[in-house]
Amino acid sequence: MNTTTAALTPPAHGLLVTSSPHIYSGLTAARVMWDVNIALVPALAMAIYNFGARAAIVVFASVLGAVLAEFLIQKFLMNKPVCISDGSAVVTGILLAFCVPAALPTWVAFVGGFIAIALGKQVYGGLGQNIFNPAHVARALLLGSWPVYMTTWIKPGAAMSPGTAITDAMTCATPLGIIKTAGRDVELMKQLSESGTSLVTYVFNQLQIGFSDLFWGINFSGSLGETSKAALLLGGLYLLIRGHITWHGPVAMCATVFAGAFIFGGSLEYAAFHLLTGGLIIGALFMITDMVTSPMTGCGQLIFGFGCGALTLLIRMKGGYPEGVCYSILIMNSLVPLIDKFTVPRKFGLVKAKEAKA
Amino acid sequence: MLEPKSFAGGLHPPEMKLTSDKAIQNLPLPDRVVLHVSQHIGAPAKPTHKITDKVNCGDVVAEAGGYVSAPIHATISGSVIAVGNFMHPFGIPSPAIVIERDQAAVEPSYTSENGLELSAAEIKKRVQDSGMVGLGGATFPTHVKLAPPETKPIDTVILNGVECEPALTSDHRLMLEETDKVINGLQLIMKALNAKHGIIGIENNKPDAIKAFDEKLKNFQNLSVQPLTVKYPQGGEKQLIYACLGREIPSGSLPMDVGVVVQNVASAAAIADAVNLRRPLLERIVTLAGNCAANPGNYRVRIGTTVADFIHMTGGLKKDVPLKKVIMGGPMMGFALFDLNIPIIKGTSGILCWDSEEAVHPHETSCLRCGSCIRACPMGLMPQKMKQLIDHRKWDKVDEIGMLDCIECGCCAYACPSALPLVQSFKLGKKNVMAERKKATANKG
Repeated sequence: MNTTTAALTPPAHGLLVTSSPHIYSGLTAARVMWDVNIALVPALAMAIYNFGARAAIVVFASVLGAVLAEFLIQKFLMNKPVCISDGSAVVTGILLAFCVPAALPTWVAFVGGFIAIALGKQVYGGLGQNIFNPAHVARALLLGSWPVYMTTWIKPGAAMSPGTAITDAMTCATPLGIIKTAGRDVELMKQLSESGTSLVTYVFNQLQIGFSDLFWGINFSGSLGETSKAALLLGGLYLLIRGHITWHGPVAMCATVFAGAFIFGGSLEYAAFHLLTGGLIIGALFMITDMVTSPMTGCGQLIFGFGCGALTLLIRMKGGYPEGVCYSILIMNSLVPLIDKFTVPRKFGLVKAKEAKA
Repeated sequence: MLEPKSFAGGLHPPEMKLTSDKAIQNLPLPDRVVLHVSQHIGAPAKPTHKITDKVNCGDVVAEAGGYVSAPIHATISGSVIAVGNFMHPFGIPSPAIVIERDQAAVEPSYTSENGLELSAAEIKKRVQDSGMVGLGGATFPTHVKLAPPETKPIDTVILNGVECEPALTSDHRLMLEETDKVINGLQLIMKALNAKHGIIGIENNKPDAIKAFDEKLKNFQNLSVQPLTVKYPQGGEKQLIYACLGREIPSGSLPMDVGVVVQNVASAAAIADAVNLRRPLLERIVTLAGNCAANPGNYRVRIGTTVADFIHMTGGLKKDVPLKKVIMGGPMMGFALFDLNIPIIKGTSGILCWDSEEAVHPHETSCLRCGSCIRACPMGLMPQKMKQLIDHRKWDKVDEIGMLDCIECGCCAYACPSALPLVQSFKLGKKNVMAERKKATANKG
């Protein structure tokens, strides 16, 4: 019957038949995750500049713990294909390390990385299933388990090599730590208001720094990856250009903290101080933009960012801890399903028949 | 020139339009055609001939099976050699009439008359008799679109010259080569509907076509060309109407509910032939593309020609590039074929012969909740949520959040970094939701 088609023989294994569409953007989870890793490189460089090989080793230990947990659980517990090459465990490891002090013992960093993946991600079923940001789950657990290690901040430039024992002379307080203790000191507050010095100026005088140091992330201490706002913004810009994050969450969170600090603190200086200290920028750019644990629509991300910002400021100004980014994000993570439920995009064609013909 | 317009959502896949400079070539008559009775949306046509019957080109071989249906015509002269189930492009066996060509038969000739002088009723009748269906791919019987109820007057006819599917260029070539015929078709449609305005919507990546129409339409007060932003699915009926007129079709309604009828440009040209020449729908323009095709281009081919014959007549496949995937239609919405002995039907706009590199199919991973699908959806739906509900077989819930509003454009699946089979899932979901709705009304009644 097919005289004219003799020359046309389909391949022996048959033709590939799939549902439409037949082309794809080429974007994969692995590419997103490795792009996030690339975006974290500037901040890593600044961490090494500030804290030396110590920072590199903490990051390495945390990543090793995370990747090992991912590998062991996928291979032996879940009997799933091992996908450590997708870079998501590496992201978690780096982000956790960025939220801990550089002086953290290596083994604590390793344990942190391990529990970030084991208890923060794999218990829920792996990539895409977790409710809470794994890095922050681990940070919260570390803070509860080893509070002294987690609050020992070394001065930038001091004890750069990991072997050196840390003495009291090498440690210092973070800007947020100083402002918290100062705020509780009634005597000091009285002195300050009499002499007309603002709280922020007091902190800056104590540490011999200014706003530019806060922005570039030099001459003061903090968690190892969170100090340099410039480096974090560079990474955030990269993710924004690559289309992996949207502006909604970060802008909402930063704007809420800034506006709230201005309203309740009374000055632009105070607002800018809160914007540029602690983990706000890393939280806004890298933690609340984590696709898995944030709302899916732009509107939802605005609400999410607002909630994270408001809780951060509440903890910073009224809470027991000097910093509130980690807990505020964990609390808001638990509200994501609810936010998603109430921020459904407007369906095309959801108009009354009369309006349609406007 | 007018400012380009557009819609919300959607995305910009690679255009892949490598054959837009290839003039339309007429292919020789095939030795055999397979004419399916289901080449349109609606009731299948009913075969009127038996094996060994002689038929002439243009004869009706299957009459319309109802009002929302269209007759099927013999596209070559010869004898019926089979009436029975043959594989349909959609992957199911379906009744078809097979005709073997009589080499000696002469092509019928048609006399031309000015269709614009005919009455609206006569235009509609000729369109109905010609077996016209939407040639853009949806294949909705044209005469139904041309006869809206009196309560729904049509003020604007939009011709769809968007061709937003990557790789396809047949409409583009037609607009360049048969500009006048397209305009004539538009006028005929407007006359049939008593519509005041006619708009030809064309994406900005076809400036030559926009220019061609712009120049010719200067002489017409009520016709205009509307440039549109290059974005997929700009050619979707709802998106096109929204972009051109700012009218939003209510969920579950038709373009006629907002006073609009949309026709594809190829349909307009075929309507001109159907009315002016009384020529039934015998052929269409098909884009052949892909790495494996020896001579990619735009070809005018008889409906019912098998894909194998079609490829063979254009010069076959490249010898050194192994064939991996054959797609009927475009890369975003086309159907992958499992066999090449499947005929070209009225709605076939392209045949893509892909090698293994073009046919790359990414590996499925778990959902990251990234929201790419939500941002890409031109209908404002939540593809991720819909897939979850379908996976759990919650048909009522998925119906509530708009399953039937999905136009299967493929934007969500294209954008998904986890390569979830979203469209495949929605095809299943729609089918089940419709079945559930039917069950519900049956129970009530």
